[in-house]
Amino acid sequence: MSVDLSQFIPSFLEESFEGLELMESSLLNLEQGDDETINSIFRAAHSIKGGAGTFGFEHVTEFTHLVETLLDEMRDGRREIQPNDVELLLVSVDCMRMMIEAIRDEGDYEQSKIDDTYKLLEIALNQNNDTSTPTESPDDSKDKQSSNATWIIEFIPEHHLVQTGNDPILLFNALADLGEVTANANCKELPAITDIDPEELYLSWELTLKSSWATEQDIKEVFEWVEDECQLIIRQDSKLAQDGEVKQEVEQQREEVSTVATSFEENKTPSIDVNEADKEPASAKSSKAKSEGGSIRVGVDKVDSLINLVGELVITQSMLSELGNDFNISKLERLTSGLEQLLQNTKELQESVMRIRMLPISFAFNRFPRLIHDLSKKTGKDIELVLKGEQTELDKTVMEQISDPLVHLVRNAVDHGIEPSDVRVANGKPKKGTIILDAYHQGGSIVIEIRDDGGGINREAVYRKAVEKGIIDESTTLSDSQVFELIFEPGFSTAKEISDISGRGVGMDVVKRNIQALGGRIQVESEPNVGSTFRVNLPLTLAILDGQLVRVGNETYIIPLITIVESLQVKPELINRVSGDMVLYRLREDNVPVIPIFKLFSLSAEHESVENSLLVVVEAEGLKVGLMVDDLLAQQQVVIKSLKDNYHDVDGISGATILGDGSVAMILDVPGIIQMAIGRKMQIGVRQMMSSIEGVEA
Amino acid sequence: MDIQTLAAEIPDADQTVIEEIDFISNGKQFLMFNLGKELYAVDILCVEEIRSWEEPTKIPNAPSYVKGVINIRGLIVPIIDFRLKFDVCAAEYIDSTVVMVLTIETDEATKTMGFVVDAVSDVIDVQDDDIRADAGFVGSIPQENVQGLVNVNERVVTLLNVPALQHVDV
Repeated sequence: MSVDLSQFIPSFLEESFEGLELMESSLLNLEQGDDETINSIFRAAHSIKGGAGTFGFEHVTEFTHLVETLLDEMRDGRREIQPNDVELLLVSVDCMRMMIEAIRDEGDYEQSKIDDTYKLLEIALNQNNDTSTPTESPDDSKDKQSSNATWIIEFIPEHHLVQTGNDPILLFNALADLGEVTANANCKELPAITDIDPEELYLSWELTLKSSWATEQDIKEVFEWVEDECQLIIRQDSKLAQDGEVKQEVEQQREEVSTVATSFEENKTPSIDVNEADKEPASAKSSKAKSEGGSIRVGVDKVDSLINLVGELVITQSMLSELGNDFNISKLERLTSGLEQLLQNTKELQESVMRIRMLPISFAFNRFPRLIHDLSKKTGKDIELVLKGEQTELDKTVMEQISDPLVHLVRNAVDHGIEPSDVRVANGKPKKGTIILDAYHQGGSIVIEIRDDGGGINREAVYRKAVEKGIIDESTTLSDSQVFELIFEPGFSTAKEISDISGRGVGMDVVKRNIQALGGRIQVESEPNVGSTFRVNLPLTLAILDGQLVRVGNETYIIPLITIVESLQVKPELINRVSGDMVLYRLREDNVPVIPIFKLFSLSAEHESVENSLLVVVEAEGLKVGLMVDDLLAQQQVVIKSLKDNYHDVDGISGATILGDGSVAMILDVPGIIQMAIGRKMQIGVRQMMSSIEGVEA
Repeated sequence: MDIQTLAAEIPDADQTVIEEIDFISNGKQFLMFNLGKELYAVDILCVEEIRSWEEPTKIPNAPSYVKGVINIRGLIVPIIDFRLKFDVCAAEYIDSTVVMVLTIETDEATKTMGFVVDAVSDVIDVQDDDIRADAGFVGSIPQENVQGLVNVNERVVTLLNVPALQHVDV
């Protein structure tokens, strides 16, 4: 029977990534004598190794085996947990991730880094235990040729072997397929009958296998699934003499390894830096790959509640169809209540389905402990990371896209926010800096805060820089928050030196753009010597939005509720016409530019002059504008459908939705509309200029 | 009416008489339609459905031949008027005006689009050998959209190349 294993590869990859994440976060929290944590790291490594072996990813298996051996020594208490080892394990996790990513993307990986780490691992293992033979050597090929040989296998299982679902009998049967087997049981460890735990295994065996073709590899394969739960010694009767030779070879290898290792130590820092620099495009690529396919792991409770709801829906449906069989007016009341129930069911069903896409934000937060660990090492700053609200749920797509901007913000907090320890002490602050990542729900959106207790944003420096870069005019007076907004301008960076952590001057504007692309916004607050807070506001999901339906002429449009500041009836005395074509509306202190949607979309409207129409005041990118509409209709949740699937993107429209009557309505893209209006003004300006030039010429 | 009675009305498979279906060995079936006085045809396997004309939702600032979008079972489908796009004849929207919904499959993507035509007439069998190249044919329809010409009785039918319609909305 052959099974197509390739269909399981995606789930292997997914599990491996989860395992790696677990290993990473556990390693960062690892303390001496913390058995439970080591065990969980070990288990993760072990299942990656097992999986990789099953699918024939030899390089992963081989590498992970070393990691596992090292962990095993720690687990058994044969090895002290030292910072160096933890660091090495973290680098190994990176290597494993690199290899597994390469499998996923069918791409290449840096073989040299793997080799270097591999050798470091071997050294670490040899240092600890000089007498132990260095793990199965990568090429077993020399064992492959064999004559009619006799193998002696000592199989000493741990007592709990049978509890993990393994049965020695089955192993022996499998062994018997290789040749003639004799088994001798050793009952030395058998306790007195009163002390016997019937679920434990007290026996060990010495097996003799006579086979003309079996190799050591074949025998190992038989024991593959139990090799961590037993002591296994395999030796060939006739070949005992060779042991000495092997040992010598090992000595030689060890020498080679140590020379390589020293050269690797020297290269270590730069090679990691290259990796950091490359990280961003790589992760962008991976998130793209993810959004195309991918799967979601959903809690059983969520699925159960979905099934319950579907059950209720079916009941309501059958009730309604029965009602419809012979309907008369006396049953109207039952029909209404039935329809109400249907409404309730659909609503709940919708919510449950949406919940399936929701994941706790810890998925995005998990990478930060490692990031802070690495960054604080690199910058020499002592930093503590506090994660709050990790259980706050967020749509999977939003989560994938917010991850990179968050990384950037955290890097910024480390690099620009937290001061070096001596400065902190001089300013009367604790030596250790704190960065807090906090997520919570607020209304229909999720808020993620990145707070640091650093020096705060230097208002003066930002202002000067902005003037220098020509972003603002020297004469402009700005409020604090307006100054802080400047850091999101393209090409703005106040870092005195460009470091590899941040400060390339591309970043904050990209962060802002990414967040806006998700329909969110970012604010910054800062106080000198107290710290800064970046607050990211995101919609919970990209699939549904709360919208205000408006009518323009014969068309219905939807304005996202999150952008609306207020809606008002125009008072003619508050209208000002300035600089030619522009209409401003006085809204308390502000002058709000009016954008006539009908003009922008080349439609005809009922109210084509500002005086009689309604204004919906919306805000985007820090700008307030009034959208001119004919009528305000209902407010409702709408499901966002892409126009791009069958058509292409349209300026000023972010998508479409299907209304209750089955018709399609367009959803307005408020930032896009503002851009369009600005562009249009410019076009008109250019046209006027052109015509004036022509006039002069004539 | 319950499902059992419905099922009883469905004739058994071996009782069904296969007739009026021509099996053609070396060619395809095409759906023929009218644009004004001209005849066109598309590969019938690309035709998703045929609907009567309904006023679609307008797309802001779209070209005149893009009439808007409609909802087909939850899909947002753009409606393109062949008559305007290919500049074949005047576009009237009357009771007999129909929308042909095509699935356009290419390596890049699969799109569903609706095309307004004056009438859908017939299904024709076309052998590969019967398709003539449109050498020297210069009409208002871009060359890449035309697969070839075929004679049907006294008339000439233009076969449209469906995959090339992918970018017809631009």
